[in-house]
Amino acid sequence: MNCIIIDDEATARAIIRQLCSNVDSLNVLEEFPNAMQAIKYLNQNEIDLVFLDIHMPDFTGFDFIQTIKNPPKTILTTSDPKFAIQAFEYDCIVDYLVKPITPERFQKAILKAESSKVTTSAVEVPSVEKVEGSSGNDLYVNIDRRLIKIDIPSIYLVEAKGDYILVKTEDINYTVHSTLKKIEEKLPDDLFLKVHRSYIINVDKIIDIEDNSVLIKKDVIPVSRSNRPELMKRLNLL
Amino acid sequence: MEQPNLSYIHSMSGGDEAFEKQLIDIIKVEFPEEKKVYFKNMAENNNKLSVDIVHKLKHKISILGLEKSYDVAVQFENNLIEGSTELQDEFELILATMTDFLEQF
Repeated sequence: MNCIIIDDEATARAIIRQLCSNVDSLNVLEEFPNAMQAIKYLNQNEIDLVFLDIHMPDFTGFDFIQTIKNPPKTILTTSDPKFAIQAFEYDCIVDYLVKPITPERFQKAILKAESSKVTTSAVEVPSVEKVEGSSGNDLYVNIDRRLIKIDIPSIYLVEAKGDYILVKTEDINYTVHSTLKKIEEKLPDDLFLKVHRSYIINVDKIIDIEDNSVLIKKDVIPVSRSNRPELMKRLNLL
Repeated sequence: MEQPNLSYIHSMSGGDEAFEKQLIDIIKVEFPEEKKVYFKNMAENNNKLSVDIVHKLKHKISILGLEKSYDVAVQFENNLIEGSTELQDEFELILATMTDFLEQF
């Protein structure tokens, strides 16, 4: 199995690489200190297995899985046993290794990966140059040289992440190489509001509001002081 | 005070001494950087970033065979999440012990 390792900790990557070297069936093609670099790599390369850390700054392992349309078999590697239940909500995850990883436990995980029926061909990874445009209720984003249609009302959050934006919808999240400013121009003003320099929210999807934050789905989003008056204006307050 | 050791590293190296040296070299580069980040975040009372770096340091504590200290680190991380710095002194003593241990390589 051709595999890659994604972990922000060099020590962890070295340990996993060493454990892989003791298994004839594994071929480590690359390792990455963050998920963004791995996503770019997956645009050009097909792999069978990912060793994926959950707890990484900016873009977590779960963000990575949600970003990829057909994620390859994935073995999570983490110091957090508490994520185990959430992990198995994803079909691609074949095992969950708690650090420090022992050789015996690693071998078991590889056996599980080898016998897993997750199909790994045709990895389709969003990696977009820009938001191309919108028409009516749709927004088209350029993903892996394809224009993917997103239903605008289904977007509940857009988050700036360095050179990328993360577009969260009811069904799937898209990582797009673009800026918050560009997508803000494409989204209807009556539905969306920039509440912070890193966040645009769909006002219809707000669950509740506290002093300096709004809850949308499970995301708690900060509201900057300067944007709060506009947010309050949008609400149908009793 | 529990002392660091190489038992975990030996157990997963399969006797590959070159790998053991390589891993310790990586830890010797990464650990001081993480420690610096930890002290900076604590000094700035940046709770979220402090939790993140304690989480990362936990792995190195376990790699150096510090089982009881690992439990202290887990509890300290939980304390930070709840806004408390209880066990901070104990955690920083663990970091100091690890620093001393790594200096011999």
